[in-house]
Amino acid sequence: MTGLRPRVVIITGYGLNCEAESSLAWEMAGAEVERIHLKDLLEAPPRLRDFQALMFIGGFSYGDHMGSGHVFALRVRHHLGDELRKFVAEGKLILGVCNGFQIMTKIGLLPAIGGDYLRQEVALIRNDCGSFQDRWVHLRFDSHSQCVFTRGLETMPLPVRHGEGKFHVSSGRFLEELERRGCVVCRYVDPATREATQQFPWNPNGSVGAVAGICDPSGRVFGLMPHPEAYLFPENHPRWDLHLLAGKLAPEGQGLKIFRNAVEYLRHA
Amino acid sequence: MTIRIEIANKARVPDSRGAAAASRARSFLHLPVTSCRTRDVYKLDIVLSARQAHELRRVFTDPIVAVSALGKLPPPRFDWLIEIGFKPGVTDNVGRTARLVVEDTLGRQLGKEEGVYTSVQYFLRGSHLTREDAERIAVEILANRLINTVRIFDPKEWEAAPIDLTVPRVGGEDEVVVRTWNLEVPDDDLLRISREGILSLGLDEMRAIRDYYRRSEVRTARQDVGLGALPTDVELECIAQTWSEHCKHKIFAARVHYVDEESGAEEWIGSLFGTYIRGATEKIARKADWLVSVFTDNAGVIRFNDRIYLTYKVETHNSPSALDPYGGAITGIVGCNRDPMGTGMGSELLCNTWGYCLGSPFFDGDLPEGLFHPRRIRDGVHQGVIDGGNQSGIPYARGFERFDERYIGKPLVYCGTVGILPHEIGGRPSERKEVKPGDLVVMVGGRIGKDGIHGATFSSEELRSESPPQAVQIGDPITQRMMYEFLMEARDLGLYRAITDNGAGGLSCSVGEMGLLSGGADIDLARAPLKYHGLQPWEIFLSEAQERMTLAVPPEKITAFMDLARRRDVEATVLGEFTEDTVLVVRYKEKVVGRLDMDFLYRGCPQLTLEARWRPPRVPIPRRERSGPRNRSLLEVLGSLNVCSKEFKARMYDHEVKGRTVIKPFVGVNSDVPADATVLLADYGSREGVVLAEGINPYFSDLDTYWMAASVIDEAVRRIIAAGGRLGTIAGLDNFCWPDPVESESNPDGSYKMAQLVRANKALYDVCTAYGVPCISGKDSMKNDSVRGGRRISIPPTLLFSTIARIPDIRKAMTMFFKRPGDLVYVAGLTKSELGASEYYRVLGARRGRRGEFGGRVPAVDTTTALELYRRMEGAVVEGLVHSVHTPTLGGLAVALVLPAVGGDLGVEVDLSSVPAEGRLRDDEILFSESNSRFVVSCPPENAAALEDVFRGTRLARIGRVTADRRIVVRGVSGSEVINTTTETARRAYMHTLEGL
Repeated sequence: MTGLRPRVVIITGYGLNCEAESSLAWEMAGAEVERIHLKDLLEAPPRLRDFQALMFIGGFSYGDHMGSGHVFALRVRHHLGDELRKFVAEGKLILGVCNGFQIMTKIGLLPAIGGDYLRQEVALIRNDCGSFQDRWVHLRFDSHSQCVFTRGLETMPLPVRHGEGKFHVSSGRFLEELERRGCVVCRYVDPATREATQQFPWNPNGSVGAVAGICDPSGRVFGLMPHPEAYLFPENHPRWDLHLLAGKLAPEGQGLKIFRNAVEYLRHA
Repeated sequence: MTIRIEIANKARVPDSRGAAAASRARSFLHLPVTSCRTRDVYKLDIVLSARQAHELRRVFTDPIVAVSALGKLPPPRFDWLIEIGFKPGVTDNVGRTARLVVEDTLGRQLGKEEGVYTSVQYFLRGSHLTREDAERIAVEILANRLINTVRIFDPKEWEAAPIDLTVPRVGGEDEVVVRTWNLEVPDDDLLRISREGILSLGLDEMRAIRDYYRRSEVRTARQDVGLGALPTDVELECIAQTWSEHCKHKIFAARVHYVDEESGAEEWIGSLFGTYIRGATEKIARKADWLVSVFTDNAGVIRFNDRIYLTYKVETHNSPSALDPYGGAITGIVGCNRDPMGTGMGSELLCNTWGYCLGSPFFDGDLPEGLFHPRRIRDGVHQGVIDGGNQSGIPYARGFERFDERYIGKPLVYCGTVGILPHEIGGRPSERKEVKPGDLVVMVGGRIGKDGIHGATFSSEELRSESPPQAVQIGDPITQRMMYEFLMEARDLGLYRAITDNGAGGLSCSVGEMGLLSGGADIDLARAPLKYHGLQPWEIFLSEAQERMTLAVPPEKITAFMDLARRRDVEATVLGEFTEDTVLVVRYKEKVVGRLDMDFLYRGCPQLTLEARWRPPRVPIPRRERSGPRNRSLLEVLGSLNVCSKEFKARMYDHEVKGRTVIKPFVGVNSDVPADATVLLADYGSREGVVLAEGINPYFSDLDTYWMAASVIDEAVRRIIAAGGRLGTIAGLDNFCWPDPVESESNPDGSYKMAQLVRANKALYDVCTAYGVPCISGKDSMKNDSVRGGRRISIPPTLLFSTIARIPDIRKAMTMFFKRPGDLVYVAGLTKSELGASEYYRVLGARRGRRGEFGGRVPAVDTTTALELYRRMEGAVVEGLVHSVHTPTLGGLAVALVLPAVGGDLGVEVDLSSVPAEGRLRDDEILFSESNSRFVVSCPPENAAALEDVFRGTRLARIGRVTADRRIVVRGVSGSEVINTTTETARRAYMHTLEGL
């Protein structure tokens, strides 16, 4: 049983850059946030034990040189691997967004269906369109997924901002395995049909199975390419003025729900 | 020992880098490339055991998508292989990161003599490709000969070639040489010294320097520190940097003799900057109490609310972008970020802006030898600013592109950055810059190499074929991001007293300028961290190597400061200390290599006197189109390069990071039409917003730069009003990019270009004071000419006017697209017969092959009526009477009626006879005149009476309504339809031109 304000750690540094809005998201959801620079954490890995949740945030760690997330993941796995294993085993939460998601797949934290959280199983590769894209997409959440961050969520508009977000698995069978075990959390959908799509720009990167985010078999480790922390305020939505005109402007941004779910889970864990 | 690692995507994993190269070779060079696969090559110049080498190969490789080998990986099937690496000394960002991985894996720091170098291989397929084709692909698409090495192989050659282990290590002698110059020579020789040393100093300036060294007190003082009578290279180079046009703005500071040949009037102007720009701001400042720091610091500072200030700077990076579009542009944006970062106590960065003036990407004319094709410049410049902004985690708020053939010689690359500064930091006023004697001179960030030496003097020159390659720099956003986070932390802990950036002139300018605040400085260049051996003291002093700031750190804070730097992996070095000695002393170890009196260095540059002669140009007026439908002209104007959608490239820039956007750069139900202005949250949890806009129109300069400048300022202000920004909170930034206005044998119409500059400044004064819009910062770039192959290409005089303002409640922010069928459409403001230099005339000229025919009345600005209209518009938006407000610009009302319909995915029906017009105008004039000070507004019918009431006494008229049927229907003055098309047709015309480019 944790306290009313779960403690969340956000790792910063080396080109990660979403620390402000990510901190705000957790705080708005009721958590207490500490930002720790990777260098400080590498010098004292047990500091992780003070927290109930960990977030790998978006950005360009090491400039995406040698592959997005590659170098950050190498360093984290090398120096923090044991602590991370323990973190997951203790039933805590880990969230990764965009570059953070890329880092988590490179470390092996996701999807970890083989049970080893330090062995890479999937990849996020360069977008089919060949370039970075900043645009809003529509997500549909899979009701069969055990992901604790997305409980009760059906659809959500969110922005993507990445050049290497195409979900890649080595075989079709592996994707089926992910689906079967409830690890596919959300997909890019066509807003008109609400069906998963391979069509650009609704699927902005060509992800196989239109997969936008996945979790581990426990549902407590979750990563996605779109940015829920960039939709905390209703005015972040590209058409908020139409919502306002129709008298339907929500009191808060929808991205916040993912953080609220996490905090809610931790309060009752 | 060197090892080589080759890494490739597995055969079944797509290779989009290769696919992009193949596609560009096909579409750009029309070469039959069928496919292309790529590889990353790492060369590790490090002593390693076989086991270590294998381990490094493993950690470099993504096991899911890639395969790798030590030495050669078996090649895919190919016809030509191109391998592209870096020349010695060129920034290799990936190599630098790989070096960290090696250190982390080996568990030790690499030595200075050890290195990691990268290159990229392109395996091309295409059975008809020749070696010459491969060379063209290498040189025209993939590599830049100034910075890259290129090797080309056919399959047999590659198979036979030994494993390439050569690395681009920088050689160079370690012997320190300080040269001296004898200035007691005839004038011709003084000029030769200036030219050969790329000092870019004129005769008067060289004489002033000579005279300084003649002074007996100078000689004595020099003897005292062990210097001879002759100036050293360190000194001469330092003076040249400090006195460069880039740093000193000599043309804007010159006395000007202005003659208006039309009226016969003549006058002497003390200086353009003092009289018009600062003059206007000082006049406005008497009423505007929100100006905090203007023209003095790296960026202008204004009060936003009772907690924060905004800082804003817009820079240009034209010459470097012409030599290396990618490197020049990434350096442009990352360099501009350091301006707010180095303003006051250092600002947090809020957002970027960008804008480019380029040759047409479809240019098929005769390109002078040595210039890049405009399409390549455009691609490189975009990618540079995309990478610079995205990797720094700073969203862009505004972006624009303008096209004209006169920009093929020098592209204009504008980069801006807005910062936020709390009023107080650690109990001190944050905007104040203070340095105390005894404070330490500390350099923070990247290391020094030969990059960018002579950048400041070089940018003050026309582009010649022998322009120096070291003027190229490549920015490294990650090093800067790490430095920035460290600096924000150090700032809030109160670990430094003052900060400025190392931009043009490097240490020679940053240390000197900060030294002015204490009185002087004394530094040792031998302490500066270098990227490689072999730099002479003057090179260390001048280098414009990127990602560096200079700080004044109190001695009692230095331990804590250095400790934090170490914990953030940021390099910081104490170079010396600030003094009150009124001199700048430069040492290399024990020996003094330069000594300059601060007063001479900063106040010794003689004022120029320039001649300006104005005669109105004679430009033919095109023949009228026959009366009748205007569908074709409308669609051509919508599809013209300047008007058409620039969304394809703009989507590659991050505009959302930080989650503060409210009105994004693109708006509408499909987010595909540009916003008039963008709005960002200044602070989380507050409803106050920052509004950003700009105006630019180089085409009006061909008729009269007075009305060009008046028009762009009016546009920049009007866009703010359209989005809900408030009058009385708007500040402006002026960026003048001009062709050389100094008359000489090689520049015979210099005095006319100078007169154009005078007129633009007069307009700036008139319009800014009328609107109460102070200029808070600016920048000029005065030598935008290229001389190659005996051809001189000069840009049209170009003024970018950027505006920043406040909106008290973001929920009142307004967008430009139609919201609801049945809403009424109004035009506010007067349409005049002002087709001169319009987009419509350029379209007609292109259609008829008579591009020189665009004369006529250029749009003017009547500030009195405009200001009244803007007050009313402000009221209408605040009271919530309107559903959309849009600013007509290029393409006039025609485009300004179509884009709101496209944005809303609706239709519109209007009647031109209702448009408020000056006199009886023809349909073409009403549709396409680019008259200033107008809005297109939509409002719900129930608000019509109230809206008309707000505008009573000004020119506002209902001209039609928004429809659901997605048709654009325009009735002409005679009552017959002049335009009838679908919104979809208009959208396609608008989107098509640069789609995919």
